[in-house]
Amino acid sequence: MSGFVSPVLIYSLIAPILIVLGGAVLGVLVEAFASRKIRPVLQLSLTIGTLVLALAQLWRIRHETSGGAAMGSVAIDGAGLLMQAGIVFMAILGVFLIADQENFTVLAAAVPGSPEEAHSIKSGEHLTEIYPLTLFAVAGMMLFPISTDLITLFVALEMLSLPLYLMAGLSRRRRLMSQEAALKYFLLGAFSSAFFLFGAAYLYGFSGTVSLSGIGAAVSGSNGNSVFMLIGIGFLSVGLLFKVGAVPFHAWTPDVYQGAPTPVTAFMAAATKVAAFGALLRIFYVGFANAYWDWRPFITVIAIITMLFGSFVAIAQRDIKRMLAYSSIAHAGFLLSGVLAMNKAGLDASIFYLIAYGVATLGAFGVVTLVRDSAGEITDLNRWAGLGKRSPFVATVFATFLLGFAGIPLTSGFIGKFSIFSAAYESGNKAVVIVGVLSSAIAAYFYIRVIVLMFFTDPVEDGTSVIIPSVLTRISIVSAFVLTIFLGVFPTPLLNFISSTAIFIR
Amino acid sequence: MSNVNWLTTLGLLPLLGALFVAFLPKTNALAAKRAAFATTLIVAAAGIAMATQFQRDNVDLQFVESHSWIPTFGINYAVGVDGIALVLILLSVLLAPIVVLAGWNEASGGRWSAKTFYILILILETMMIGVFAATDVFLFYVFFEAMLVPVYFLIGGFGSGKRSAAAVKFLLYSLFGGLLMLASIIALYVISGEQGGHTFDTTALSHLQISHTTQNFLFLGFFIAFAIKAPLWPFHTWLPDAADAATPGTSVLLLGVLDKVGTFGMIRYCLTLFPDATKTFTPVIIVLAVISIIYGAFLAIGQTDFKRLIAFTSISHFGFITMGIFAMTTQGQSGATLYMFNHGFSTAALFLVAGWMTSRRGSSKIADFGGLQRVTPVMAWVFFFAGMSSLALPGLSSFVSEFLVLVGTYTRYPVAAIVGTFGIVLAALYILIPIQRSLHGPVMPGNEGLTDLNVREKVAIAPVVAIILVLGFYPAPLLNVINPTVTHVLTINGHTDPAPSIAKAGK
Repeated sequence: MSGFVSPVLIYSLIAPILIVLGGAVLGVLVEAFASRKIRPVLQLSLTIGTLVLALAQLWRIRHETSGGAAMGSVAIDGAGLLMQAGIVFMAILGVFLIADQENFTVLAAAVPGSPEEAHSIKSGEHLTEIYPLTLFAVAGMMLFPISTDLITLFVALEMLSLPLYLMAGLSRRRRLMSQEAALKYFLLGAFSSAFFLFGAAYLYGFSGTVSLSGIGAAVSGSNGNSVFMLIGIGFLSVGLLFKVGAVPFHAWTPDVYQGAPTPVTAFMAAATKVAAFGALLRIFYVGFANAYWDWRPFITVIAIITMLFGSFVAIAQRDIKRMLAYSSIAHAGFLLSGVLAMNKAGLDASIFYLIAYGVATLGAFGVVTLVRDSAGEITDLNRWAGLGKRSPFVATVFATFLLGFAGIPLTSGFIGKFSIFSAAYESGNKAVVIVGVLSSAIAAYFYIRVIVLMFFTDPVEDGTSVIIPSVLTRISIVSAFVLTIFLGVFPTPLLNFISSTAIFIR
Repeated sequence: MSNVNWLTTLGLLPLLGALFVAFLPKTNALAAKRAAFATTLIVAAAGIAMATQFQRDNVDLQFVESHSWIPTFGINYAVGVDGIALVLILLSVLLAPIVVLAGWNEASGGRWSAKTFYILILILETMMIGVFAATDVFLFYVFFEAMLVPVYFLIGGFGSGKRSAAAVKFLLYSLFGGLLMLASIIALYVISGEQGGHTFDTTALSHLQISHTTQNFLFLGFFIAFAIKAPLWPFHTWLPDAADAATPGTSVLLLGVLDKVGTFGMIRYCLTLFPDATKTFTPVIIVLAVISIIYGAFLAIGQTDFKRLIAFTSISHFGFITMGIFAMTTQGQSGATLYMFNHGFSTAALFLVAGWMTSRRGSSKIADFGGLQRVTPVMAWVFFFAGMSSLALPGLSSFVSEFLVLVGTYTRYPVAAIVGTFGIVLAALYILIPIQRSLHGPVMPGNEGLTDLNVREKVAIAPVVAIILVLGFYPAPLLNVINPTVTHVLTINGHTDPAPSIAKAGK
């Protein structure tokens, strides 16, 4: 029996994740020991500082490529680092929104409507556990797209999910709905984790290894039981498709998007999508590449029904958050066509799309946090009527995000859509492109309906107002707005950067 | 070639004007109007100056500029004009100041300030120039789609009646067509990548070897988008609603210029990129065009509202234009291109006068007017003149183009030409009946107090009348620009005029 070999870690390469985790642990300590008065400011600066530091470290190692950063269980490569940077950047914008503590319950542990709750509201003592939770989730998200073995993938999946379950239940208003959303998210998330594990077990049985490259080699050698392989791929995909919200595994999305506090929805919708698609892309491009013709029909069908279902059902929504949730489902379908492309163009396009979509989503939910009445945010679409009259600037910004989602030229969404569909077409998957284009036309209808509502409908006098955003919220929304336009008009720098760095090492 | 970046300058000027207007105070509507008018005048002058530099016998694209925009996808900011594009750019820049001047008070009924109105108009002018000047298919698509946004807000924000419904209908129809075109563009991009490098350059794309089946699909993607834009039966239903709801000025730009993007696109993209597919679909399209001519005319006869009437006459006229394009003869296509220009001015005359009548009377119902000739003689005579131009009275510009289209079609598709000719007969009905009802006869109650055109309105309509008249007698300046390009396009398509050939028009 050989002696214990201590693991070799290349700390500089996994430093971004370690920094975020360190920040999260510090945040827990701050929550426990710092005085209540300085806590919000301290937590906020700690969180932002941590994220900026992580981003800086990512920039420093941007040209590194290594499969051995943590004994072969993570891969440091261009695509992974890009997605990590995207996640951290979106987390920063998301934390700016989260910093508006008005949206969060004062004492999450108190039963809704109980005396404890009333007491804590009266005393105005705000808990700030949301910050360390966010950082834990970010660390999990950063690990997810760079994991190269199924065990690490599973750990990362749980690491990003558990804090999110909690965060979804922290809403200050309509607490029961928020808690219901959290529970639903948790139960379905647990379910999807089980699927994932089940698939992982089969893949291990098939290939005798948990590493993606090992599975990839086994698939091409096809020296195992290919039924095991197919079952494994199937269940693993189901687990991941749950996370990205693809039909028919989307049922949690609208409820969670609606129930969670809007800043959390913003963060979750943007960053989780990057992480989950990052992992999905790596697993399919690296692990299952040689089984392409086995999984392609399955994913093609999923992509097509996801695009159509998301677009059609969104039309019927009367709640802005639910509408954006169904829109995110439709976009998951568009993104799946990038996975299906299975070429370099598809990988580049997916990363660009994820960044463009994530930024616009953050901005859009950021605007949702601004529209309120005395009882909190207004998400009923009918009460958004005439917003363009009340505050033309906010309405214009929101309309820009919607036009971006709809893929109108001169917004980032158009470049994203063009690049992802052209990659899919290049791979010969014309059906996906045609359905994608048609469902974009359907989707345009409900985005435009909101614009009509904001600009062409007379306002109802019911106390709806747009609050003056805090400086941080303003930074977040304005940078999302600027990026949405900038990436639509001058996408070249980002496209070049992506195409020169985005690779998956095997 | 001249070293002035004519097209870029021309496109940027309205944008600069819009920026200037944006910094004016919101309350000062007059300043916004003046600034917008001055801008459009400068652009028109620049456009005319550019046209004088155009070498009319040169069939290559002129005033060419090309800069790399998104090299990852081989997308260039590439502009240039041939004779057809030049004529349409001229149409755009000439109509813009007329529209601003004629609709001096149009913005007052809107949801937003006059400032917003003029910013939107100026942005639209930039997009109109861009869409005709683009020689990169991607750039064309960007302008094609992006120009929907200002029009959408112009209709929905400043129109009347069911303006938001009309704006949404317009936008959804156009977006649907645009997205089909996007699918075709993506396919072209991929095919060009397989055949020696990704590109969107129109000339390079026309050299691609595309299989027949693929060509058919790609052709349809483009053609449906253009048939919605230019509205051809059965894709036309958005137009009457939009024209009804929009302000007269917006309608002029919508019918006069924007819809021409459709017919322009048919020549520039459908014909040159997919010659084989064009041959396959020509019979179908000719039939659709003839249906549009007759259907539009019949529905126009049945209209009780001036604005909807003009919209349906336009559907009929777009049928003529499309028929001329797909007749694949030099007379037909030259006539169609000339028709695009002439239709712009004759619609402008009709819409602007109808708009003045409507704003004075407070109604656009034909039945509410009567005996205008006695009350407001100048307005009545101008409207009469516009009507004559619309029904293609010999001596007015539309006659030349309609005649050319019919002659050009007859040599290849005699039946279509003969049926199409009935469109002219019907035109007499749909124009003369409303003219008789509204201008002649006893003065209807409610019409007594109407005022005649004021100086501003006379100044605005005078150039329109002059152009219609001059081009009616002497269309050579435009035809000389159009003919070489049309001959070139047909040569690419491998068409020659059927014998017995008829002497070239305008020479």
